[in-house]
Amino acid sequence: MPNMSLKKVSMPEQDPEVRNKNFEEVALGYTEEMAIEEAQRCLNCKHKPCVAGCPVNVQIPEFITLITEGKFEEAYDKILETNSLPAVCGRVCPQETQCEERCVRAIKGESVAIGRLERFAADWAINNAKRDYEKVPSNGKKVAVIGSGPAGLACAGDLVKLGYEITIFEAFHLAGGVLVYGIPEFRLPKSLVQKEIDVLLEQGVKIQTNMVIGKVLTIDELFEEGFDAVFIGSGAGLPTFMNIPGENLNGVYSANEFLTRINLMKAYKEGAETPIKHGNAIAVVGGGNVAMDAARCAKRLGAEKVYIIYRRSEAEMPARLEEIHHAKEEGIIFKVLTNPTRILGDDEGWVKGIECVEMELGEADASGRRRPIAKEGSEHVIDVDTVIMSIGTSPNPLIRSTTPDLSTNKWGCIVADEETGQTSKEGVFAGGDAVTGAATVILAMGAGKKAAAAIDEYIKNKE
Amino acid sequence: MYKIVRKEVLNSQVKLLEIEAPYVARKAEPGQFIILRVDEDGERIPFTIADYDREKGTVTIIFQEVGATTIRLGKMTEGDNLADFVGPLGVASHFEDVKKAAVIGGGLGVAIAYPQAKKLHSMGVSVDFIAGFRNKEILFLEKEMTAVSDRLFITTDDGSYGTKGFVSDVLKKLLDEGNEYDVVIAIGPPIMMKVVSEVTRPYGIKTIVSLNPIMIDGTGMCGGCRVTVGGETKFACVDGPDFDGHQVDFNELIRRLSMYKRDEKAAIERHQCRLEGKTNA
Repeated sequence: MPNMSLKKVSMPEQDPEVRNKNFEEVALGYTEEMAIEEAQRCLNCKHKPCVAGCPVNVQIPEFITLITEGKFEEAYDKILETNSLPAVCGRVCPQETQCEERCVRAIKGESVAIGRLERFAADWAINNAKRDYEKVPSNGKKVAVIGSGPAGLACAGDLVKLGYEITIFEAFHLAGGVLVYGIPEFRLPKSLVQKEIDVLLEQGVKIQTNMVIGKVLTIDELFEEGFDAVFIGSGAGLPTFMNIPGENLNGVYSANEFLTRINLMKAYKEGAETPIKHGNAIAVVGGGNVAMDAARCAKRLGAEKVYIIYRRSEAEMPARLEEIHHAKEEGIIFKVLTNPTRILGDDEGWVKGIECVEMELGEADASGRRRPIAKEGSEHVIDVDTVIMSIGTSPNPLIRSTTPDLSTNKWGCIVADEETGQTSKEGVFAGGDAVTGAATVILAMGAGKKAAAAIDEYIKNKE
Repeated sequence: MYKIVRKEVLNSQVKLLEIEAPYVARKAEPGQFIILRVDEDGERIPFTIADYDREKGTVTIIFQEVGATTIRLGKMTEGDNLADFVGPLGVASHFEDVKKAAVIGGGLGVAIAYPQAKKLHSMGVSVDFIAGFRNKEILFLEKEMTAVSDRLFITTDDGSYGTKGFVSDVLKKLLDEGNEYDVVIAIGPPIMMKVVSEVTRPYGIKTIVSLNPIMIDGTGMCGGCRVTVGGETKFACVDGPDFDGHQVDFNELIRRLSMYKRDEKAAIERHQCRLEGKTNA
């Protein structure tokens, strides 16, 4: 008999007042007993609505059934068949709008905790199973993957299993893309990312770090070097600023810079070589997951007051509910319907405040969200010494500017077929944020997988 | 890993390292820069490319020991390896329709002005090279500068060698004497580039400066290297590092460079403690 409890088995978490002072993981994961109890809530539906909600088609009822049987390593293998980063996805996927949203149990009560179970299976295997990954014999064909973030890793993971020789080119000194520079340790431990990348390395994927494609090599030169196809998964790395006065004052960061200093360069650690400003009162402008990450990092660095400043209301915030909830628990102050108009500096050019106006919501705009309108005469100043701009990112121009026959749209996103990732240039495929603009880890992985299938087709047909 | 194949001590504070980085060497051009990390825990620091050898596959940097990382870099020897070395980054300098140029280097900036002069000289451009140092003891690259210039003017702050005074004084004098230049290239401390730009402004001479703001990735991702040029925000890493000196907001640049002054001081102190075996009391 399935477990008919209407609620998910709750997952232990660090206490908010403890965790907002450390960078260790917030959610602690299920024990074996909790996992089995939760797995028993799955009804094992024949029509599997959950799988249809997963961009990488994880065989959800199958892996959950294996958990109920205590076959944790087999459950992990089942996930790995279609998803090369289970420990990552179990933590950062927005399951509530994907697999879990479609779960039959959610009609009455809470859905099965698919994400938590995925995380459990991955963590269990990483911690308990000694595993050897066999290299699939090479088919002699070479594929270059640009960028080692979710899209590139997913693409590489599928192609290497088909026998392709994969080289991933990464611009940073460390592989992982947004998983290592963007998402903080307390949401996604970097050691886990490394372990999932290690699996790909064991399967034969090569990663060349410190290679800025577009600068050190162009796409055409990759073909000259003998690659049969190229996948571009270079992400959306270019930060957006508001273009308001005072943005170049000392103490104003892009969320990218702030998070990269902390996550990739470990600036939060005592004695780290990369410095970061430890502000006392910090304004984070924006309402997405990145804004929540930046705010929660700022709190952990010791800031007394951390504000989220967002021009619409909380209902319109693009961040996951869970992230908003966690941020509030940790003492982040939400200033919604508030929009910055300028940043104020002291005599030496350091931030001393942010001037904002109050907003109200008018008619719905093109995005379907109600348009925020400034209330006249509502200017007010919030005293802060640091401002973090987290209002979005766009794709980096380094590749498009050196690849003239690669079509991009007016936002600088690479134009690619939604099903195949095929770009305007023969043999070149693209996916993830480089195509869609900033989105989620799992959508990028889905695009990487689709492109992998299309690249396989393309190379086979070329022969 | 990136092997150091040659090390030279140019003066008590300035050192030269030639580093094996074949991919970077293949594409490097004057005006571009690289970012390196000394070791696994190191910070990412940008250096302008001082020279490159495509056949040997090496890139040369010249640096002054001013912070914890550069002090550590200065301790490295031939045969040692750097953890990371990425480039070439930034836009290469462009010299079109130039017949006569003044290339100006201040202090360490001389090391970066030198490849520019070398390139111009090889293109048949007449080059007046003005190099400024604090004193005779820290003079370097004199022979090399002589080889790539039509005229070389050396200044020292204290008059211990060459002309006493600043590079901008020499430039002013040359301009007053009626020398005409199609372009002035000024590379050195921001304050020197600012003064040179002010000297050339009334003459309307195109003045190119090479900026060195704080950055992490060097690919446009962090936005830390924001500079205001002609009233617009630019990212020095991808839009520069060369900019029109008459348009640059140097005061903002100088202010932004001071962002981590206190942290740098603390880092050097920590480093000294480690070197001298002291522990924090």
